[in-house]
Amino acid sequence: MSAQRRVVVTGLGATTPIGGDAPSTWAALLAGKSGVRTLTEDWANTIPVNFAARVAVDPSEVMERVELRKLDRSEAFALIASREAWKDAGSPEIDNERLGVVIASGIGGVTTMLDQYDILKEKGARSVSPYTVPMLMPNGPAAHVGLEFKARAGVHTPVSACASGAEAIGYALEMIRNNRADVIISGGVEAAIHALPMAGFAAMKALSTRSDAPERASRPYDIDRDGFVLGEGGGVLILEEYEHAKARGAKIYCEIAGQGLTSDGFHIAAPDPEGIGVQRAIKIALADAGISTKDVVHLNAHATSTPAGDVAEANALRLALGADADHVAVSATKSMTGHLLGGAGAIESVFLVKAIQDRLAPPTINIENLDPAVTVDVVRDKPRTLPAGDIAALNDSFGFGGHNVVLVFKSVN
Amino acid sequence: MALTQADVLAGLKEIVEEVAGIPATSIELDKNFSDDLEVDSLSMVEVVVASEERFGVKIPDDQVTELKTVGDAVNFIVKASA
Repeated sequence: MSAQRRVVVTGLGATTPIGGDAPSTWAALLAGKSGVRTLTEDWANTIPVNFAARVAVDPSEVMERVELRKLDRSEAFALIASREAWKDAGSPEIDNERLGVVIASGIGGVTTMLDQYDILKEKGARSVSPYTVPMLMPNGPAAHVGLEFKARAGVHTPVSACASGAEAIGYALEMIRNNRADVIISGGVEAAIHALPMAGFAAMKALSTRSDAPERASRPYDIDRDGFVLGEGGGVLILEEYEHAKARGAKIYCEIAGQGLTSDGFHIAAPDPEGIGVQRAIKIALADAGISTKDVVHLNAHATSTPAGDVAEANALRLALGADADHVAVSATKSMTGHLLGGAGAIESVFLVKAIQDRLAPPTINIENLDPAVTVDVVRDKPRTLPAGDIAALNDSFGFGGHNVVLVFKSVN
Repeated sequence: MALTQADVLAGLKEIVEEVAGIPATSIELDKNFSDDLEVDSLSMVEVVVASEERFGVKIPDDQVTELKTVGDAVNFIVKASA
C-alpha cells in the first residue's frame, strides 16, 4: 500500500469582525483589537443583550447588489472568503472533477428564514422570495462556492454547531487523503446576528450581558467572564495534496497533518466538566498526525468566555498534554472576534496557519484577573514568539451536542 | 383605468433592473427574458410578483410561461389593467 497522501494549506481567506480579509484580520488580531460593538438595530434593545461582533467590512461594500439579493448573508461570507483564498492559492488551473468544497455553517440561513417569515405574515405567501429555500439551506454557502468554482468532486456541509467549521476542514482533509480530490475549498461561516438566535442564546444564559463595555465583554479565562459574544463572518482554507501543490509551484503555508473527532454523550449543551471527550480527541489527533505532545507549541483554544466551558477545556488540555502543556502557548482569539459559531473553527484555523508562518501566537485580550482554575499557559495582551524549526499547533472546537474536533497543523520544511 | 404600453414598459424596466441587474437601457419589447436578459425561472417569479404589486393586476401562474418576451408581459399587463 502506498504512503498516505499528505495535505497542505495553499490559500487563506477570511471576513471577520476585525478585518475584511485574512491579512487585515491577522494584523488586527496581533494588535489585540476587539470587533465587538453595540448593535444599532431597533430590535437590539428588545432582547437582554444589545451587542455583538458584526463583520468589519459589510458584504455590500465588496459585492454587487444584484448578486447579494439572492444570497443569504452566510452565503455572501462564504463567497467573499473563498474568492480571497482561491486567489491567494494562485487561482490554480485544475481538473474540476478533482476539486471539492466543504464549507460548514452552524445554523444556516437563519436570518433569511426569519425575514421571509416576517414577509409571509405581513404580505402573504405570494410575496415570499423564490430564493428563500436556496438562501436558508445550511449547505447554501458550500453550494454557491461549488457553483462559482465549478467544483465536481463533491460539495459537503458538516453540521455540528460551533464545531462545524473545524469539522469541515477535517472532512476536507479526509477527502484528499482518500483520493476523492486534489484540492478542496474548506471552511466555515455564520451569519446569525438577529433577535431570535440572540434571544435563544440569552435564554440559555450563554451570552455575556456586559453591555456597558461591549469591547471588554468577551474575556476567556478571566475570573469574571459571563458568557460569549456572538460574532459573524467566516474563514476559508485551500487544502491541497502535497505533490499536487509542489508540482504547480504553489506557495505552501503548512501541513494539515491530522484530526481527532469524538463526542461526549453527556449533555445537549453543557460541556463534560472532566473533558474526557476533549482529551480523547487530542490524543486521536496527535496519533493521526504522527506527532507527540512534545511537538506542540501553540493551541488556538475554543475558549468562548463561558464560566463552565473555559475551565473544562483548560483542564482537559492540561490532562491531555501533561507536562508538555508548559510549552504550549494557548490563545483565545474569541476575546477579539467574538464567537462565530460554525465559522469559529475555520477562522481559528486561518489564525493557526498564520501563527505557524509568522511564528507568532496571537494574544488573548480582556483578562484582568486570570481564573486560578486555568492551568494552561495563556498568551495575554501581546503576541508571543513561537520557536523556530519544526513546530505543530492545534485548533480545538466544540459544539452544542457534545461534538469535539481537534485539528493538527505543522510546519513544512 | 387602463395603463399605457409606455407606462408598463417603463415600470417593467425598473423591476427587471432591480431583480436581475440588467440596465434599463438594454431592456426592450423584443427581448426574451431568459435568453436575452438572463432572468431565470426563479427571478421571473420575482418579476411577476413585483409587477402584480406595482400595476395592481393578477398574473396567474399558468400564464407566466407564456410571457417569453418583455413585449408579451407588457401586453398582458396592459390588457389585465383594462
